[in-house]
Amino acid sequence: MNQLTLSCPRCAQPVSEGDRFCEGCGIDLRNTAPAPTAAPTPPQSPPAAPPFAAPAAPPQAAAPFGAPPAPPQATPPSAPQAAPPAPAQAAPPFAAPPAPVPAAPPFAAPPAPPQAPAGEAAVPADPRAGLVVGGSPAPAHVPGATGDFVLAAPARLLISEAEDAWDQAGAEAGAAAGSGTGPEADPVDHEPTEVVPVIDPDAGRVCVGCGARTIDADGYCESCGRSQPRPRDHQERALAGVCGVSDRGHRHHRNEDAFAVAATSRPGGVPAVVAVVCDGVSSATRPDEASQAAADIASEHLLESLESGAEPKAAMHAAIMVAAERVERLASEGPLESSRNSPACTIVSAVASEGEVTVGWVGDSRAYWFPDDRSGSLRLTLDDSWAARMVEAGLMSEAEAYADPRAHAITGWLGADAVEVEPHTTVFTPTVPGVILVCTDGLWNYEESAAALAAVVPADARVRPLEAAQDLVRFACERGGHDNITVAVLPCLPGPTAAPVPTGPAIARPQPQEG
Amino acid sequence: MAKLTKSNLPQFAVDIFQNEYLAEGAREVNAIVTVTATGGGTSAQGISYTDGPDAAVVIMVDCSGSMDYPSTKIRAAREATAAAIDAVRDGVAFAVVAGTHEAKEVYPGSGQLAVSHAGSREEAKQSLRRLTPGGGTAISTWLSKADQLFKSRPDISIRHGILLTDGRNEHEKPSDLQRVLNRVQGHFTADCRGVGTDWEVEELRRISSALLGSVDIVADPSGLADDFRAMMQNAMGKEVADVALRVWTPANASVRFVKQVAPTVEDLTERRQESGDQSGGRRVGDYPTGSWGDESRDYHVCVQVPAAAVGNEMLAGRISLVVPLPDGGTDVLSQGLVKAVWTDDLAASTKMNPQVAHYTGQADLAVAIQEGMDAHRRGDIDSATSKLGRAVQLAHESGNEDTFKLLAKVVDVVDAKEGTVRFRKNVSEEDSKTLETRSTKTVRVKK
Repeated sequence: MNQLTLSCPRCAQPVSEGDRFCEGCGIDLRNTAPAPTAAPTPPQSPPAAPPFAAPAAPPQAAAPFGAPPAPPQATPPSAPQAAPPAPAQAAPPFAAPPAPVPAAPPFAAPPAPPQAPAGEAAVPADPRAGLVVGGSPAPAHVPGATGDFVLAAPARLLISEAEDAWDQAGAEAGAAAGSGTGPEADPVDHEPTEVVPVIDPDAGRVCVGCGARTIDADGYCESCGRSQPRPRDHQERALAGVCGVSDRGHRHHRNEDAFAVAATSRPGGVPAVVAVVCDGVSSATRPDEASQAAADIASEHLLESLESGAEPKAAMHAAIMVAAERVERLASEGPLESSRNSPACTIVSAVASEGEVTVGWVGDSRAYWFPDDRSGSLRLTLDDSWAARMVEAGLMSEAEAYADPRAHAITGWLGADAVEVEPHTTVFTPTVPGVILVCTDGLWNYEESAAALAAVVPADARVRPLEAAQDLVRFACERGGHDNITVAVLPCLPGPTAAPVPTGPAIARPQPQEG
Repeated sequence: MAKLTKSNLPQFAVDIFQNEYLAEGAREVNAIVTVTATGGGTSAQGISYTDGPDAAVVIMVDCSGSMDYPSTKIRAAREATAAAIDAVRDGVAFAVVAGTHEAKEVYPGSGQLAVSHAGSREEAKQSLRRLTPGGGTAISTWLSKADQLFKSRPDISIRHGILLTDGRNEHEKPSDLQRVLNRVQGHFTADCRGVGTDWEVEELRRISSALLGSVDIVADPSGLADDFRAMMQNAMGKEVADVALRVWTPANASVRFVKQVAPTVEDLTERRQESGDQSGGRRVGDYPTGSWGDESRDYHVCVQVPAAAVGNEMLAGRISLVVPLPDGGTDVLSQGLVKAVWTDDLAASTKMNPQVAHYTGQADLAVAIQEGMDAHRRGDIDSATSKLGRAVQLAHESGNEDTFKLLAKVVDVVDAKEGTVRFRKNVSEEDSKTLETRSTKTVRVKK
């Protein structure tokens, strides 16, 4: 409950420790000192309760995979509802200790990482067991609510950032009111005297520019005209096995990136997680719609293919082609600005299943591999960009090419103007634990090479993937946030049969296999 | 979009054309607002007028002594008025006023409006014999009389005047005319016509602008009948009166100008009336647009907003169309948003919206012609040549062929692209007056 006790200094909207922006008025909370509200929580609340912290896993969950990562500061006493002291529920989400390795080792059955607090119960990790949906746009911090959702072993859960956070706010506010009756009901006691405010998502929105309570239906302040934060400005989604964060950055007026993360099981119960990241082309018409449509349909298509038994690589290729058709159709589904191209976006997607990672892409959004010790970090993709072509053709050095103003001109994209969409796919088999990072150029513009980016990826990224994604987005924002930033992190463990391979130099670049 | 209860009212659509991207530090937001009314009177079939007249027209005919020199003028004026009367729909209230240094009711008389039907129209035409020249010119008295007649039927919302004159408003002070214009504007709309070449373009334009109507020259009296018929048909097509363009601007922003830019240039900036809730620093102003039938007009709105950092977006204006309701409230017919987005992408912020560029050029064209003709009148041929050269260039670039042709009657075009021109030696008064009168006519952007 500790997350639930703070309020925005400007508009008094309840906020959580992990929030970067106020739900109500959108101000940057990192620059303000949040003031505790009158909630019956001990003042010694941990300073950084992870947003990933999940409430009690539902009883039917075979394994509490969505349980809090339980960093040392997430002390159960201060967050009694979020982390009941049942040891099984305090297991780190992605780092089940090695002891009870299940018969068919799930993708994320790791040796306990050094960061994992000692004494955590050993639980087999099953990505399908518990899924956590989190993130600051979703006001999971309503007092009385159970915080983030925990869903029990769904066959599939697809979360994309298209969801309207305001609707969600309403739904969760409602859920908050009904807390204690649903299957996700928190069995832990409420203080009998605790006041559970019901939050009307439409009422009392306060302008981020002038503080007036006059937000019109179009999302602008009736008084000062300022555009109000939109759900897409900052999105976070976390599932067991994959997390994504997307942010508008500082210099663009809207977020034209989009992502989808999802988990499912392939025939035979083999778990698989999916991340799709798309970057709308700014010079195109409706780039935000393009990226969203592509991320949604590619993710949906990947899940369907994987569930029906398709090989990830074939599924990846097909999903990108379906996304390409979808974006192409967008051109005829709305107005085209005469001076702009048809809706267009890049795409990069990763599927992790059975210790194997399949990456597919078109454009200059990237995937990287960062092993836990960060030696042998790899870029897994090769940009469809002017700079990459120059380097590939041996016409320029990498430094020269990226210093050129044309560096970021992309040579491949999804959209009606694309001459021919040729998805690239590559399969990567990790031999040591690590993370797959999928991102837009809003991140890699600041650290381009795998080695340089490796230094920025938090050491515990594999066990705290959401925090890692948040950190990386913050890093890009602090470096200027010149573009929209989207980062997805997929914790990976080597499959049981993976042969050890020597770790290459950090700048090693795999030759993508054309699919 | 709100719908009015009367089925024959047009539906209004608002389209905004702008480049919302501003460079860092930029404060000026320009947008072209295209307002299109459709589905109203001129396209609706079988409208019944049994529930009373829905429009009123007053024809004001100059009967000053000069109308007899040549006498073709007064004869043409009678014929034109008869043609206009024939174009009045059944059920419409109408009257004819003879204007000199005073205003006389010619038909039906006794401070009333007649209701149009075959009989009353015939009577009215018979009475036109009483349009006889003699006396001076004091247009304010004509307008006052028209206003008085319209007031006899306050139930009719569409009120339109047609005013014909052949000379200067000599028998009153300009301030008298202005005072009356200030009083009657908003009560009715009026189209003005100058017959011959002895009238003042500026004077007549002041009247037509105040009364939200058109102004034109009918140099040859024989063209009057067709022109009057067309004006009356246009008036009969109006289905909704007192439509205003409402402009909301945020706190600390100001409206630099609001201009109608098509079909003609008409600066409405000074016509603003503050409206509604002004709290919180936001401002709402209404700009009158008069009566509407099935038609489309373009407006150029320029708003100055407080600068914001790159990455910010704000609503710089909300443009809507409003009509007054009988209960004193207003009905918002349609609206569009004008936005400002600050970006460091120079390609985006420096790109001028084609519509904004086009109409900026059309407004410059009108000003260049007016200034050029003014300089010519003062005898400053150098300045006149330079201004009209620029006008030729603008008319050529924008494809405003009508204006280009009018210009070519006043100047010899040496190089249209460069704007090189020479004044013609013997420019007729008719040609220069026509050019000046029609200087505000614009063409729409080439698609």
